[in-house]
Amino acid sequence: MMLYSLGKYILLLKAVFRKPERWNIYRKEILKEMDNMGIGSLGIICIISIFLGAVTTVQTAFQLVSDLIPRSVIGGIVRDSSILELSPTISAIVLAGKIGSSVASQIGTMRVTEQIDALEIMGINSPGYLILPKIIGAVTMIPLLVTISIALSIFGGYLAGTISGAVTTQSFIEGLTTDFVPFTFTVSMIKSIIFAFIITSVAAYQGFYTDGGALEVGQSSTKAVVISCIMILFADYIVAQLLL
Amino acid sequence: MIKVKNIQKTFGDRTILKGISAEFKEGITNLVIGGSGSGKTTLLKCMVGLHEPDSGAVYYDGRNFTSMNFEERIHVRTEIGMLFQGSALFDSMNVEENIMFPLNMFTQQSEAEKLERVNFCLERVNLAGNNKLLTSELSGGMKKRVGIARAIAMNPKYLFCDEPNSGLDPKTSIVIDNLIQEITEEYKTTTIVVTHDMNSVMGIGEHIIFLHQGTKWWEGSNKEITSTNNQELNEFVFASKFMKKLLK
Repeated sequence: MMLYSLGKYILLLKAVFRKPERWNIYRKEILKEMDNMGIGSLGIICIISIFLGAVTTVQTAFQLVSDLIPRSVIGGIVRDSSILELSPTISAIVLAGKIGSSVASQIGTMRVTEQIDALEIMGINSPGYLILPKIIGAVTMIPLLVTISIALSIFGGYLAGTISGAVTTQSFIEGLTTDFVPFTFTVSMIKSIIFAFIITSVAAYQGFYTDGGALEVGQSSTKAVVISCIMILFADYIVAQLLL
Repeated sequence: MIKVKNIQKTFGDRTILKGISAEFKEGITNLVIGGSGSGKTTLLKCMVGLHEPDSGAVYYDGRNFTSMNFEERIHVRTEIGMLFQGSALFDSMNVEENIMFPLNMFTQQSEAEKLERVNFCLERVNLAGNNKLLTSELSGGMKKRVGIARAIAMNPKYLFCDEPNSGLDPKTSIVIDNLIQEITEEYKTTTIVVTHDMNSVMGIGEHIIFLHQGTKWWEGSNKEITSTNNQELNEFVFASKFMKKLLK
């Protein structure tokens, strides 16, 4: 059953990447998706990122009981954990809920209301027209969102640290700028591109093969989020293992 | 002309179509009728390529559609217009965008030419001036008419209608039926209507195929349908007391 689904998923992706009928139509759709996914998700990403950084600072400070460890370490920990794990992974999981469920229900509704059949009758490659702009939109916008998330997470950490008195501004900045490895940011971007692909392609697959009515559309949407989350965590481990 | 030859289709262990062969001529309204589960929608979907038949073939003016690959089918599909049971209008687009969509995808026309064609199609279905309405703002009958306008936007050679009257009041049903018949005669399209509506059968059924348990049970016209001795067909035609009273 799993192999059957995997085969269907690969065949769907093959159809998605078939040459588009009209690039200018696809371009409009891609821009629309970029706006939907990027601008539409900016608010939630800003909120969660600030709190992620703030919580990391407070909890790291709480665990630093030894006087031998300088407080500036907090800045370094917030920076590295935001870049490597918190911003790409937590953002991806939140976006799987927001974007993934929306993609699955949108495509699923189109399937059960015969809109996808209508596209196919017209001679349009429906997987390409419906899914490719979403994948391109996500793969371009999610890394940008993750970059913003990293910056805001560090800022949140700084705010929480200075307001609570856990760390001084000087110590935090010292920790932030010491021993920075730029490759961690590259890893973060690689992760976010892979996660973006997983979120949209898994959700689109679930939506595209929805069979039934409104109830099944809801089920597809839930399945899309659950499977995406598991796949994101699995891919997170694989990328970390391979690149770090 | 569309020809189907020995079409068979099975889902799981249920055989829906058991070797159906038929010819549908251009310029007349061809009806495929039958009770629920008789296989008429499956036959229609096999004909347009939404389902692949297990065996048999569909010919569009002699071209074997069943044996074509995706790219080869695109050319035939641009000659097909289809009205879906639920209209299948794209709900992210307004009326104008829905009708313009196939033109955007498959023609090199300028914006002005496309708009002119959209307005012509809307006028043809008596919806002129409703270009900017969203699909959620349309009534059932209007949705069907926009569906027809979108189906004829590309000047199709073949027009398929899946239960065009479902969910419509009798008066609107007649409007839709007449519209389908007028378009068929005007553009000489090969029109195939899947229905179980007896008003449509009597009104526009120039050529009728009756399906029963996945087989072609009877073939004829609306003039012959009331005088046949075919028991299953009589049960279908005279199912309502009204029809019995009216036709017997």
